[in-house]
Amino acid sequence: MNLAPLVQVDSLGRVFDVSRPWLERVTQRLARQYLVAATDVTFSIARRETFALVGESGSGKSTIARMIVGLIPPSAGTVVIDGISMSDRAQSASRQVRKRIQMVFQDPYASLDPRWRAADIIAEPIREFDLTRSRAATNARVNELLSLVGLDPVDGVKYPHEFSGGQRQRIAIARALASEPEFIVCDEPTSALDVSVQAQVLNLMRDLQDRLGLTYLLISHNLAVVRHMASRVGVMYLGRVVEIAPAKELFRNPRHPYTRMLLDAVPHLDQAQERQGSVEGEIPNPLDPPKGCPFHPRCCHANARCRTEPPAMMAAGSASVSCHAVEEGRI
Amino acid sequence: MSAGQGASPSLTPRLRWLSRLLDSDIAYSFWQSKLTVLAAVVALVIALGALLAPWIAPQNPFDLKTISLLNSHVPPAWQKGGDLQFLLGTDDQGRDVLSTILYGSRLSLAIGIMSVAFAAVLGIALGLIAGYVGGSVDALIMRAADVQLTFPAILIALLIDGTAHALFGQYRDESATIWVLVLSIGLSFWVQYARTVRGLTFVERNKDYVLAARLIGIRPGLILVRHILPNVIGPVLVIVTINLALAIILEATLSFLGVGLSPTQPSLGTMIRIGNNFLFAGEWWIAIFPGVTLAALALSVNLLGDWLRDALNPKLR
Amino acid sequence: MSAPVLSVRRLRVEFPRRHETLVAVNDISFDIARGEVLGVVGESGAGKSLTGNAVIGLLEPPGRIGGGEVLLTGERIDRLSPEAMRHIRGKRIGMVFQDPLTSLNPLYRIGRQLVETIEAHTEYKGAAARRRAIGLLAEVGLPAAEARIDNYPHQFSGGMRQRVVIALALAADPELVIADEPTTALDVSVQAQIIALLKRICRERGTAIMLITHDMGVIAEAADRVAVMYAGRIVEIGAVRDVIGRPLHPYSAGLMGSIPKLDSDLDRLVQISGSMPRLTSIPSGCAFHPRCPRIFEPCAKLRPDLAPSGQSHVACWLYNKVPTNAEAAP
Repeated sequence: MNLAPLVQVDSLGRVFDVSRPWLERVTQRLARQYLVAATDVTFSIARRETFALVGESGSGKSTIARMIVGLIPPSAGTVVIDGISMSDRAQSASRQVRKRIQMVFQDPYASLDPRWRAADIIAEPIREFDLTRSRAATNARVNELLSLVGLDPVDGVKYPHEFSGGQRQRIAIARALASEPEFIVCDEPTSALDVSVQAQVLNLMRDLQDRLGLTYLLISHNLAVVRHMASRVGVMYLGRVVEIAPAKELFRNPRHPYTRMLLDAVPHLDQAQERQGSVEGEIPNPLDPPKGCPFHPRCCHANARCRTEPPAMMAAGSASVSCHAVEEGRI
Repeated sequence: MSAGQGASPSLTPRLRWLSRLLDSDIAYSFWQSKLTVLAAVVALVIALGALLAPWIAPQNPFDLKTISLLNSHVPPAWQKGGDLQFLLGTDDQGRDVLSTILYGSRLSLAIGIMSVAFAAVLGIALGLIAGYVGGSVDALIMRAADVQLTFPAILIALLIDGTAHALFGQYRDESATIWVLVLSIGLSFWVQYARTVRGLTFVERNKDYVLAARLIGIRPGLILVRHILPNVIGPVLVIVTINLALAIILEATLSFLGVGLSPTQPSLGTMIRIGNNFLFAGEWWIAIFPGVTLAALALSVNLLGDWLRDALNPKLR
Repeated sequence: MSAPVLSVRRLRVEFPRRHETLVAVNDISFDIARGEVLGVVGESGAGKSLTGNAVIGLLEPPGRIGGGEVLLTGERIDRLSPEAMRHIRGKRIGMVFQDPLTSLNPLYRIGRQLVETIEAHTEYKGAAARRRAIGLLAEVGLPAAEARIDNYPHQFSGGMRQRVVIALALAADPELVIADEPTTALDVSVQAQIIALLKRICRERGTAIMLITHDMGVIAEAADRVAVMYAGRIVEIGAVRDVIGRPLHPYSAGLMGSIPKLDSDLDRLVQISGSMPRLTSIPSGCAFHPRCPRIFEPCAKLRPDLAPSGQSHVACWLYNKVPTNAEAAP
């Protein structure tokens, strides 16, 4: 059993150039504008584990996900999957590697080509990776996958718009499984689904993980879903990782002030009382982030150091936190 | 559920599709609008007439042996001096106007359809590339489109046509004229397709299903053709129908101006030009009948395009 | 006990189509009292947004009200002319929709939009209206209201925009506010702030609020009573504590069970098989019967109506008395 992590992300970062077009810049004398979507992100994912990246809008979690699968090149840092560096184009673009990594997207209405039949959508990776020898074998495999995700194989001839949201997400999962991957990145897989449908899909994902030995990277803003699915959690704020901890630990004893605020803000079903902490402010403009620790404008524990110096990740028990106040023992 | 059946395409889905189409809301809106049905009938009649011209035309106006100058300037059959053999009269060469209309529509439709096809293929291809690749490629194609738009269609057609005449004048034969016409008309129209497709491609290229295909490693060219093209083709259909009407009129205009087809290979436009000379001499039928046919064809195709655009609108989500 | 602010009786919303008429909201009734927050919760397709639209008269054709009554403090408003309805909409009913980007006109400063509404529906004019607008913005928690009143909507963040929308809804001091998914497009931390704001408004002004959402957590925090909708009908209605803590209807129970919770450690979430039926194929009898784990004899044939059970009202044969002869409507 290989104990090395399957996925290792080191100091991953991405900057987008969102400057106005050249002509506008010249005539209006504007400076170039850059959006720092992610900075200095480091974490690892063990085999057969579910690692969750949690954050609100602007946290950079989707950008990280897309860099890990290779859809966007990183501006800094490295991604190593099973010993293969993703920045090495020769290796990472090879079929062998690509077939082991797959992704499930958020929007079930945009992630399936509306003009293709469900069976063809699922068959596309099978054909691309030459996983079967004959058309009959491909059809058989497609039917097998449809059954695996709980759909009727005869529905393979239907088009996506003939399915409900939950069923479409199942088709997306079947497509992700078609290349027999080891590692699946799930970008908000259930956010667009109704609660009861979400339950079905989440249960399905867990079953599949047990049966097929999959490793998941789960991107979500829904902490309850993360609690249910993940074994380890990374919390992101404005492009930085602020805390990484085993799931149970994170929810029982959150260390970073943002994690605490986030957990506090989640509406609890069985409490109708007022919250303990107060939830302050909003996420700042990512084009003009605060200096130092990005959270300091909203943090009641911020001191002068927080305003100037970005904190580094350091261990705190079984967790890692990047917070001066935790480091200095103030909280 | 047995593993054997399921995803094999058979006759049934196609028949199912057809019956769904006939019963669909699009078909319903078609039958609802009397104007559209009328337009469709008119267009169909002219198209059929053009298609079947060699069989149903009383005379072949291109066969010089059957034409006799003695028959020239005969008025329509119901007028004094008319002849039942020439239902709509004859022109100055003795050609039967009805036959010439039938054969002429052939040319008009053929040139119209071919030039629209050329414009569509060129415009769609450039639009897809511009929309998908973006950056400087996109800028280049769009600037070319902008330049193209500053010239009126007729001017472009005249330029190309004139150039071809000048360059190849003495070597040119009859069929070459048709290709020059197709080229010039097509080049005037590609921009509209390119722009529309480019805009739609921008939207589609960021959608998750395209990302999923990229993730699998499908090459960009295949992604464009297999995934993006089918999804942007809808509005293009509407442009095609409206463009067809314009192309036919443009060809007629060019022929009328004398830079299109020659008089021995008359299209509707040529006939109008010829007939123009005799209009005030009182021989109105040489110009009017082709003119009415041209107008009816263009109008009906245009109306069909209008209906198609409205019908596809809510359905296209 | 004062009369309810909003009273909906046997409301029916239908969509006439070529071959048939689809019923999207079927025979629902509920009341909202002064100062109360009623949550209307359901999954997509349940008809909750349509109910809200029907109440404020903003049903998109071909949708129309096919029956029933809507009463605002005792007066019928469902049969009014569009002109009269417009007056009611601004003055007596305020609306907060999901997407603050489209609720505000991007071309007008927010001050102008606020002042326009105030001048149209109250006696305040000119400078007095502007002062009132600033006061409203401060009330909804917009910092530096006096300075920011002349900003354009795009200069605000999502949460701030939603506060402006709430201010706009409150501008004419309405008796009822209808909020349709007011927090769905917002981040979790902002969502909490908006919920707290709505509750405070309700308490301080005594406004009745109809809170439409699919998010049970929002209901738990914000609402006093909740109506659970399924396939166009209300299946359970009662105090939030009761419906969430001890749901009676099998659908409500399934819904509560399928929500992942922060503090529990279940291995599998409760799953309701199947999905909400489409409008074209609503099952006979109780619409939930094909998916119900506790189905028994009358469920497929007879449709249950809301009947009291404990403190709540439930529409389920498990709790209602099954009629001996076929008196209930199929």
